[in-house]
Amino acid sequence: MHPSMDFGVWVAAALTLFIFSFLYKDNPLYKFAEHLFVGVSAGYVVVQQFWQVLWPNLIEPATAAGTPDRWKFFVGGLFCVLLFTRLFPAIAWTSRYTIAMLIGTFAGLKVTGFSQAEVVEQVRATMVPLWNAADLGGSFNNLVLVVGVITTLVFFFFSKEHKGAIGATARVGIWYLMISFGAAYGFTVMSRISLLIGRSQFLLDDWLGIVRF
Amino acid sequence: MMNLLPVVLTAIVGILIILSFFIPHPIVAEPAQVLQDWAIVIVASGYVLGAANVYKINGEAAIKQQKDWIYKWVLLGSMTGMMVIGFFFSGGTQFLGDGSPFKWAYDYLYVPMQATMFSLLAFFIASAAFRAFRIRTVDAALLAVAALVVMVGRVPIGNLMTHGLPESIQLPTMANWLLEWPQNAAKRGIAIGAGLGVMATGLRIILGIERSHMREEA
Amino acid sequence: MAFGDTLEKVDRRWIFLVVALLVVIPLLFPLRLPLAVSGPARNFYQAVEAVPEGSIVVLAGDFDPASAPELMPMTSSAVRHLFRKNVRIIALELWEGGPPLVDRILHEIGDEMGKKYGVDYVNLGYKSGREAVMPSFGNSFSRTFPNDYSGTPVGKLPLMAEADNFTKTALFVNISAGYPGTKEWVQQVQGRFDVKMVSGSTAVQAPEIYPYLQSGQVLGLLGGMAGAAEYEKSIEYPGPATKGMDAQSSAHMFIVVLILLGNAIYFSRRRANR
Repeated sequence: MHPSMDFGVWVAAALTLFIFSFLYKDNPLYKFAEHLFVGVSAGYVVVQQFWQVLWPNLIEPATAAGTPDRWKFFVGGLFCVLLFTRLFPAIAWTSRYTIAMLIGTFAGLKVTGFSQAEVVEQVRATMVPLWNAADLGGSFNNLVLVVGVITTLVFFFFSKEHKGAIGATARVGIWYLMISFGAAYGFTVMSRISLLIGRSQFLLDDWLGIVRF
Repeated sequence: MMNLLPVVLTAIVGILIILSFFIPHPIVAEPAQVLQDWAIVIVASGYVLGAANVYKINGEAAIKQQKDWIYKWVLLGSMTGMMVIGFFFSGGTQFLGDGSPFKWAYDYLYVPMQATMFSLLAFFIASAAFRAFRIRTVDAALLAVAALVVMVGRVPIGNLMTHGLPESIQLPTMANWLLEWPQNAAKRGIAIGAGLGVMATGLRIILGIERSHMREEA
Repeated sequence: MAFGDTLEKVDRRWIFLVVALLVVIPLLFPLRLPLAVSGPARNFYQAVEAVPEGSIVVLAGDFDPASAPELMPMTSSAVRHLFRKNVRIIALELWEGGPPLVDRILHEIGDEMGKKYGVDYVNLGYKSGREAVMPSFGNSFSRTFPNDYSGTPVGKLPLMAEADNFTKTALFVNISAGYPGTKEWVQQVQGRFDVKMVSGSTAVQAPEIYPYLQSGQVLGLLGGMAGAAEYEKSIEYPGPATKGMDAQSSAHMFIVVLILLGNAIYFSRRRANR
């Protein structure tokens, strides 16, 4: 066993154990670590936004004499300042222009992005041959795919009551959805356990030096 | 009129962004690029605004000595400390350079705490699996079977348990088939449905039919 | 059923303890269970392997410390694989907590393999803006990232003079923890700029990427720590993901047992009540 001689690693290990102590019971050490985490995260994000975004993409070009079309950066800066008026109720209404601009940008990006990648490409990829005598396995898989996509879409069609043929089709869609939720659950378990494995590797390797990963 | 201006702005911006997808000519592409440049810095400002809000809410709670007020001071103190270190004592744009105090705080405070917070979920998912996962219907049984096949098939023990069997019925093969075909089909159905929904909502916003984002907070 | 009642009332902290032991013990005493490489992971490997030597690849590390156990091994393996082929890397990050993690990987492996910053690899750092960054980046790397991670103007970095958009790059590797991530890159960049793309993603997100895999929008997929371990096996460089798979196996089997046990108690109680 070769415990770390780095003070920082011991601080990290202590905070890790403070948070794990919540598993036994909520306690002051956990509460301290929880609030410390929120404060450190918020402070980190503010500093990062300033030095890695606002400074190179706004402040530096706006203040540098040789920047072409400097007015664009001043307008961008104005939008940013207007956003902060939300803190003052009397003038908060001016932030609506910034929000309008932002919402318009993201709505436009989402409409084009989703229509191309989620609708057109996904529908195209569902148009697969259902019968290929040379590849029966592939044919079966394609049939599973096409039936699954259609029945799932029918399930989400709520403009008509799910009775009769539509009801039966929707029922098959539910089966496909249950399989996908089960797979999602299995993967979620894998993900959560991986996070615990990562923390354990830190405690056993970086902190206590019992084993090398 | 003042209420209409933001709606018109959203419409102009949204239509310009959509057009830029189809028209690469600079007369459309350059204004669209500028809008995206502005969006980047506005989102960054949003984070700073959020931090100001954190000060406001937690500062009130700390000063009025509401529940857990001592911990609120820990929160405010650590947030202020990070900002002071990051703005003034960590070399400006090289604030994340090796050896900087800010990087030390990132490595030994931020990283372990964030990682550990999320790793708690492993324990709760195990507890919930025992207490809440009940197969009450046929649909739930399908869910359970899929979950069990994926959980065992995607890890080495699933490979070990069935490696003597024909490849087509080995657990890893079954798990992969399940993921690539039926699961994929359902996810694609959801993706197409969601895609249509996002297109509809996006167009409603751009055309000014949907204005809930323009409402001021009470 | 008295035994069932007893089990159902067991304090959940005992379950927590068993989970902890089933994770720690295999880490201390590895079983080295054999790992099979799945199709999507093989495709990921082959897509990277097909990149011509000396090309430029964009690597987006969109994750933070919470997903590091799953995604850092994948990122390390991808960087190592690319550097082995003398491929040059332009890296960026869209998650606030991620840049120092990606930077550490690039420098550690770069130093180990004799790579020079600015010539063989560049870390552009972080940008906020989520989807707004993506098409902007696709149009011009330098306009979106005027400085790199350390604040150096990108004009001073030789590698950035060779590629300012996706037309000059051979592959886009996205390591993604959620939003913004692979889905958004596919929506905003893959189709618009006709980019060859592979994805390494957390296990939670991986099922959602399968439709893109089947449609060809994404050429390969690594899902979670298992995917990372499969990729480590493919490049013949076992790392923390491979070493974590025994613990993953034992914890998964325990959860399977808990699900079956919980339902066995439920069904026997239902039968007794009829």
